[in-house]
Amino acid sequence: MPRAINTSTSLRARRTRALRRLVGVIWALTRAVLIIGLSYVILYPMFVNISKSFMTPRDLVDTTVKWVARDFRISNVVENYRNASRLMDYPRALLNSIMLSLVVSSVQVISCSVIGYGLARFMFPGRNLLFVCVIITFLVPPQMMMVPMFLNFRFFNVFGLLGDRGMNLLGTFWPFVLTSVTGMGMRNGLLIYIVRQYFRGVSRELEEAAYVDGAGQFATFTRVMIPNAVPIMIIVFLFSFVWQWNDALWTTTYLGQAINILPVAFDRMMMSSHELVNIGNYKPMMANTGMVLFVAPLLVLYAFLQRHFVESVERAGIVG
Amino acid sequence: MKTRGLFRLGLERRRAFTGYIYVFPFIVGFALFFVRPFVQSVIFSLSELRVTQTGYVLKFVGLNNYHYALRVDPSFVRAFTETMVQTLTAIPAVLVLSFFAATLLNQEFRGRTLARVIFFLPVILGAGVLVRMGQQQLMLGEGTAAGSGILSGQSVRFLFARLRLPVGFIQYITDAVDRIPGIVNASAIPILIFLAGLQSIPGSLYEAAEIEGATSWESFWKITFPLLSPLFMVNIVFVIVDSFAAGNNPVVQHIEGIAWGRGIYGVSVAMTWMYFSAVGLLLLIVFGLLSRRVFYHE
Repeated sequence: MPRAINTSTSLRARRTRALRRLVGVIWALTRAVLIIGLSYVILYPMFVNISKSFMTPRDLVDTTVKWVARDFRISNVVENYRNASRLMDYPRALLNSIMLSLVVSSVQVISCSVIGYGLARFMFPGRNLLFVCVIITFLVPPQMMMVPMFLNFRFFNVFGLLGDRGMNLLGTFWPFVLTSVTGMGMRNGLLIYIVRQYFRGVSRELEEAAYVDGAGQFATFTRVMIPNAVPIMIIVFLFSFVWQWNDALWTTTYLGQAINILPVAFDRMMMSSHELVNIGNYKPMMANTGMVLFVAPLLVLYAFLQRHFVESVERAGIVG
Repeated sequence: MKTRGLFRLGLERRRAFTGYIYVFPFIVGFALFFVRPFVQSVIFSLSELRVTQTGYVLKFVGLNNYHYALRVDPSFVRAFTETMVQTLTAIPAVLVLSFFAATLLNQEFRGRTLARVIFFLPVILGAGVLVRMGQQQLMLGEGTAAGSGILSGQSVRFLFARLRLPVGFIQYITDAVDRIPGIVNASAIPILIFLAGLQSIPGSLYEAAEIEGATSWESFWKITFPLLSPLFMVNIVFVIVDSFAAGNNPVVQHIEGIAWGRGIYGVSVAMTWMYFSAVGLLLLIVFGLLSRRVFYHE
């Protein structure tokens, strides 16, 4: 780019340049303020939570204590966490949550890849209609389906094959598995959409080369497309995992109180009449500690994988 | 050449058939887990539902459920309007904020990666969780000077009260400030979507504009804005759906309370239908108004 325009040394040119630089600096400052401000809004609750979970009840009332406890002692911290952990039945709840999220996201990765690929690459009548259906599943809010789905799984009976009363699938992981396998799970429509967009962006030459080399349809899919789709599969897995972990809607619908998973455990702790929760000052502390326990595994996950999360949308090519 | 079985159909037909196989799970799922519950929910909203040991019993009661929700139930209408107002005012805020934040995050500055990491956090923690944490601070009696910190509505209210501003005004500002965390957290995914869009605009467009003498203001409105308009569409739809389905607004909580708490399933489904017809109507309006204005590449 020709820069000759900018090197004139007349007074006017110099003033314009200085002015431009000043504007640039002002903008950089404004930008910094905005970004810092927004970051603060996002991070603040978390920091408060963590710091409060390190305190004793006395510190909560103490008005001179803001971030760090008066007598900061590791033993206090440990005690808080141990109490909360006991009240929430943390080990088991954690395990259940991990298992549920893992199962759901693994299944969803597979099903979304398959369905997305089918929608992206194959021409068959009704293809566009089907895609519209995918979008519709995302648009319709879950609350609408909540009651009917609950009943459907209570008396699960595929087209009357299982006899009169059907099976009661509530309280197990089966409703989750079944909905994920068929691409109807939570926010599944969005994930299928993403996968489809991605596969559309993969060049056709790859498939044709595979075909020429003698691969059948299925082999093309497993040997060529899937390895290519690893980035998007990771993204689907991560998103699905996180959403499932945080889900309190479908989990309460399908699992009720039967299986202990983290969101349920947390709520249960809050509503229990155990002494540690009921005595005024302890409650906020348990709440805070519980929150930290709830969120911690996700944060760990995020810390390791944040690159994938943050870059995900660009790779997914949602724009195309 | 003799061909057998599927191979008889020819390449295109065969591919079509294979396509059906790939999407078959979805078709099954859609029928079983969408269409069926959908139809069921319509029926449920028009009947009284009782769950028994061996199944459920439906008694057709026509529009009784709707009548109950609108006339008899003490809090539904109030919760409904409250939620509507709240969410409708939040949506433009979310859109404007995410657009702005995305353009910010697209520029190059030091710490950009860190900023992106932070902004993405609400998606991980679940927008609801962060807001719930924030709400808990206030609820659990920590709105005192020590506990709340800079961002609470309390401090703002305190300040304005000192200035002796009219009460209504103070209330309005306080409410707005209290909602900021919710809005910021709901902006996370839209920010991502906008960011992806911004990065797909070829830099050469901007360079060409600069050569032609456009200022950055002009190039923003003439290049960035129009090219991003399809994403505006996507984001509006997403934000609307997300905000209304969020689950921590009064209406939804009321509905869930009725369904699980009191077991009056029919009424809760009727309420859900009313709520979401309103949302659907809103979506249609938005679609109709905006699809003309969107700039499509093709």
